[in-house]
Amino acid sequence: MTFFEFLVQYWPRLLSGAGVTVVQFFLAAVLGIALSVTMGLMKLSPNRLVSGAAITYIEFFRGTSLLVQLYWIFFVLPLFGLTIDKFTAGYIAVGMNIGAYGAELVRGGILSVPRGQWEAALALNMTPAKRMWRIILPQALVNMLPPWGNLMIELLKGTALVSLISVADLMFEARQINSSTFLSAQVFGAALIIYYIMARFMLTPSMRWLERFMARKMGRA
Amino acid sequence: MDDLKGFPQELTGADRPMVSFRKVGKAYGPLTVLDDLDLDVAEGEMVSIIGPSGSGKTTVLRMLMTLEEINGGCIYIDGQPLTHMPKNGGLVRANQRHLRARRVDIGMCFQHFNLFPHMTALENCMEGPVQVLGMPKTEARARSEELLEMVGMIEKRDQHPSRLSGGQQQRVAIARALAMRPKVMLFDEVTSALDPEVIGEVTNVIRGLASEHKLTMLMVTHQMGFAQDISDRVCFFYGGKIEEQGPASELFGNPQRERTQQFLSAVKEAV
Ligand SMILES: Nc1ncnc2c1ncn2[C@@H]1O[C@H](COP(=O)(O)OP(=O)(O)OP(=O)(O)O)[C@@H](O)[C@H]1O
Ligand SMILES: [Mg+2]
Repeated sequence: MTFFEFLVQYWPRLLSGAGVTVVQFFLAAVLGIALSVTMGLMKLSPNRLVSGAAITYIEFFRGTSLLVQLYWIFFVLPLFGLTIDKFTAGYIAVGMNIGAYGAELVRGGILSVPRGQWEAALALNMTPAKRMWRIILPQALVNMLPPWGNLMIELLKGTALVSLISVADLMFEARQINSSTFLSAQVFGAALIIYYIMARFMLTPSMRWLERFMARKMGRA
Repeated sequence: MDDLKGFPQELTGADRPMVSFRKVGKAYGPLTVLDDLDLDVAEGEMVSIIGPSGSGKTTVLRMLMTLEEINGGCIYIDGQPLTHMPKNGGLVRANQRHLRARRVDIGMCFQHFNLFPHMTALENCMEGPVQVLGMPKTEARARSEELLEMVGMIEKRDQHPSRLSGGQQQRVAIARALAMRPKVMLFDEVTSALDPEVIGEVTNVIRGLASEHKLTMLMVTHQMGFAQDISDRVCFFYGGKIEEQGPASELFGNPQRERTQQFLSAVKEAV
């Protein structure tokens, strides 16, 4: 069977798998970004309890394997009475893992904003919350966009692991097709290409667009 | 925290100073930067602060802007304690809410402008009135445009700071601070980071403020000629103390203290 014939026959399943991958990616990204901002801010808190909680989260999720985290959430938590369906467990595990890396990016981005910006905002008598949201975070965002682009690609690739708890994503469909047809070269070749296209022609351009958009907002473009 | 003994809960009377430092001390660890500073500034007065590097000039302004905590004494603004608040008939260290309530009277311009880079000149000026004073946008815009007009920056209102020269940025920064209608304006070496040819455009704006408005101003500067021109009073700082102060003509024309004479002649030679 040629690669073309293979695609003609199996594209609906590959497409449905790719669709699930995209949804997993988006849900994990939303969770990951929310956690990144929350944990990044918490780590900067002068309150030791608050920063300690963030440090624990970050250390745990960065220091252990994503696959093991995924298995914990899906197989171990039910033993403690917390059952999560596989689809939800999938993006929660990936999102929490990415959030730990993102938190460090957020923290670094905030620290990279010059002190003078804080002081100018204080001199205008802005509340701490407004200083953060209106003055510091927008500038931190500009500084951290390039590393966020890399993190988003890692996130996309990380979603492939959810196939191991039987979420029917692209990798899961590929493995299913492979086990019934043994067309390994075709099926994993197709998966490889689809992941590459998503990363290279969808994710990267969106991040570039965001970078240009923010540069315009800063009057730099 | 440390209660203050023997300090009045407020300053009253028609001739009360707009700004009053009373026995204010500041130390960074073992380093005492200011020692029992007493300094009163009357309403509408323009006071310049000069002195050698490290003598504590910037620290004085930063304490007044509440960017630095003080270690002793009390600062009053418009009769009310700034660094402290009344409690049980005495004064205790101010909390954030008290600081926010008193800080509205004070505006500051920095050596490096510190404009918000993600906002245009106009947005920089509108940010405080809209976000802090809760002013409607149309009103904030009108006020900001008026001020940008005054500092000669109205044509550049839609430019971001990255597109402006240092002198232009500093003029926007002055407009931004004035948009909050402070009673006291602080200028910390606002021309030190500027190219010589644009210093004039900033000093002219400050000159205008000094002559037309009843704004109270405290200015740290290394430009002796400018200080002499526009100040009602000049304070010479040395080692965290006011070594000598007086009307500009007297301090520059006939300095009494040896350190003042040395400093002024050293500055003159450097020019
Ligand atoms: N955050 C800080 N930590 C420790 N020491 C500080 C700090 N800020 C200022 N100092 C010290 O306090 C002293 C006074 O500093 P200040 O900035 O007020 O001087 P200045 O008169 O403004 O000097 P310059 O003319 O160089 O601006 C200096 O010895 C300085 O090193
Ligand atoms: Mg200074």
